[in-house]
Amino acid sequence: MQSNQELEGFRVELRDWLEANCPAEMRGGEASESSICWGGKNFEFASDAQRDWMERAASKGYTVPTWPVEYGGAGLNRAQEKIFKEEMDRIGARSPLDSFGIWMLGPALLHFGSHEQKLHYLPPIARGEIRWCQGYSEPGAGSDLASVQTKGEDKGDHWLVNGQKIWTSYADKADWIFALIRTDREAPKHKGISFLLINMEDAGVETRPIKLISGASVFCETFFTDVKVPKHQIVGTENRGWDVAKYLLTHEREMISGGGQGLSGGRALGAVLNESLGEGQEMETTLRADAMRCEVDALATGLTLERYKDQAEAGTGAGDASAMLKYMGTELNKQRHELLMAAGGSDALEWDGPLGNRPADWLRTKANSIEGGTSEVMLSIVSRRVLGLGA
Amino acid sequence: MANLVMTEDETMLADAARGFLDKSAPVKAFRDLRDAGKTHDAKMWKEMADMGWAGVLVPESAGGSDMGHAAAGVLAHEMGKTLVVSPFLSTAVIAATALRNVSDARAEKALAAIATGDVTYALAVDETSKFNPEATSMVATREGNGFRLSGKKTFVVDGALADRLLVLAKTDDGLTLFDIPADRAGITRNAQNMIDARDSARIDFDNVEATGEDVLGQVDSAMSVLKPAIEAGQAALAAEMAGLSAGAFGMTVAYLKERKQFGTVIGNFQALQHRAAHLWCEIEVTASAIVNAGRLLDEDPDNAIMAVSLAKARATSTAQLAVQEGVQMHGGIGMTDAYDIGFYMKRARVGAEWLGDYGYHANQVAKHRGF
Repeated sequence: MQSNQELEGFRVELRDWLEANCPAEMRGGEASESSICWGGKNFEFASDAQRDWMERAASKGYTVPTWPVEYGGAGLNRAQEKIFKEEMDRIGARSPLDSFGIWMLGPALLHFGSHEQKLHYLPPIARGEIRWCQGYSEPGAGSDLASVQTKGEDKGDHWLVNGQKIWTSYADKADWIFALIRTDREAPKHKGISFLLINMEDAGVETRPIKLISGASVFCETFFTDVKVPKHQIVGTENRGWDVAKYLLTHEREMISGGGQGLSGGRALGAVLNESLGEGQEMETTLRADAMRCEVDALATGLTLERYKDQAEAGTGAGDASAMLKYMGTELNKQRHELLMAAGGSDALEWDGPLGNRPADWLRTKANSIEGGTSEVMLSIVSRRVLGLGA
Repeated sequence: MANLVMTEDETMLADAARGFLDKSAPVKAFRDLRDAGKTHDAKMWKEMADMGWAGVLVPESAGGSDMGHAAAGVLAHEMGKTLVVSPFLSTAVIAATALRNVSDARAEKALAAIATGDVTYALAVDETSKFNPEATSMVATREGNGFRLSGKKTFVVDGALADRLLVLAKTDDGLTLFDIPADRAGITRNAQNMIDARDSARIDFDNVEATGEDVLGQVDSAMSVLKPAIEAGQAALAAEMAGLSAGAFGMTVAYLKERKQFGTVIGNFQALQHRAAHLWCEIEVTASAIVNAGRLLDEDPDNAIMAVSLAKARATSTAQLAVQEGVQMHGGIGMTDAYDIGFYMKRARVGAEWLGDYGYHANQVAKHRGF
């Protein structure tokens, strides 16, 4: 535990650093999927400022502030992490880098990976050099994820992988994929899965974007045809990949739950709504009432996210309660975007119209309560594991 | 940002409180009190005082246990679970916080009497059916060195039986808070027959004499004393309502696991599982807002207002959902007076109104968020 004086010293130093290094263009504004800095070999930076911000942050470990320094992070403890968040929020700084490597694979590798794997895979994630995607769902394995059929045959020094994944977000832009592969077809469905890391440039990997209701193609289909995956590219134990998958899902769910702005420290919904109104226009009464309710719920849900992090620090993890965070956070984010559309009125009805990405962002949020486990799956997890209802 | 996990001391306090209340104040105790037509249990309040609960916000120098607002919330939460009737909020939280913000010998004496359980208070602020202290119209007219109070107050919680009243009235250049005995000449108290079977009164003030001594804090600046007192009360009431939600929810989930229909326990039906799970999520989220409000009142009381309103708003919406789902999932038996869930519904409705309803507090939050 550090003294308050040391923590305040950290705050002052951080504030000065942010002031000097976070470009003005990277401050403020409503977050949009299109404004995210994803990194990776195929990523095209939207501006020099975006690149500068990512590179400067990475040089200090601030793209992954809580990861250990040797793996590319800044090694911040919980108290420092809170200060980091407060100072970022204070100037409205955008996240310098977001990726599935940071949100999902990183935490799983930190928990299940060998030291060599961590040294090999984590720093390129932290520097934004390698972008990962997630190979979980299949056409026949959606909510029933553990029934994945993509198979890996043991060929001695490698697995020969064949099958198809779907909803592989940004697979067409990713450099690597972490995937659930059935390596034992005889075992019960949860006991025959391995968690493999596969290079998207390998022979036999093919990906096709799927056009979505938002007009974008963030989701893809990914096909594996006789792909050779070396044995050292497994995380955790052979046939115990479900443990890794579940652990990663709890992080994915926390990430998605906090994905919407305004959960804590983000911009107030009302302020954003006010900006959408024309000059001299007052916010209509029912819209304001709905916005107040959404704001109250978002602030309390944001506090809950923080409370669970405090608990994790104290040694009692969120566990199955991450399902609650995912459910509450995503339903709220959908509401938030419904209100943003209502505030925008007819201006919000044009693709790339006066409000830019607003309609596309609105449609994108509809996936929030489906991806990473649907709201209904989350409620089933809570009722079974937390409340002890049902068989 | 405050740490939102309960401390070891708080967990111990909650366990101790639960142990005492399960024995001395289960819901059955509330039912017996109601059936006897009573709204106060003097013996139990004395026991609570002996355990340091009445003095939870009274400085040790005045004989209190001085445990702070988060701890007061822990106690209120446990009391809410089993619908415990006591003057805790009016006296130990609201009046004690007001008195604590006044530093004179008289306030010190009053705090000491609160800590021992020898005096109870009620806050007389409301004049219309909605909470709005700023719009007070009751007048305190200057007369010599003192004042004359005339006007009406309503929904004075614990007001029919309290020994003393904190009365908010208009003076020449603002609002002034008076601390007067409830039996002073000119005061008429009419007990209200409340849906939650607790003490509340309409009180008429007819030319009631008040001296300069009776003023709490400064003339014309009631809010410097009253604002922290009201915020403390709102936060503790929110904690009570969160406890109430947990109590109603616990009963409901237990019922889902025991009631059989169609040859199986009804908790096996997904329609009910998902409703119960959603309610649990709401209760979890509200719990964070409650802890946060208690922490801020202890650590940064001048800037706690948004956290307090967030807690009261969330506690209100969650309690109302908990009792409605509770009655619905109990089915017909939930409608009977013989079954306890209806008590929770009625208390939740009163708690929703007291010290500002959902709209009042959501509006406060919105204002602090700039819209």
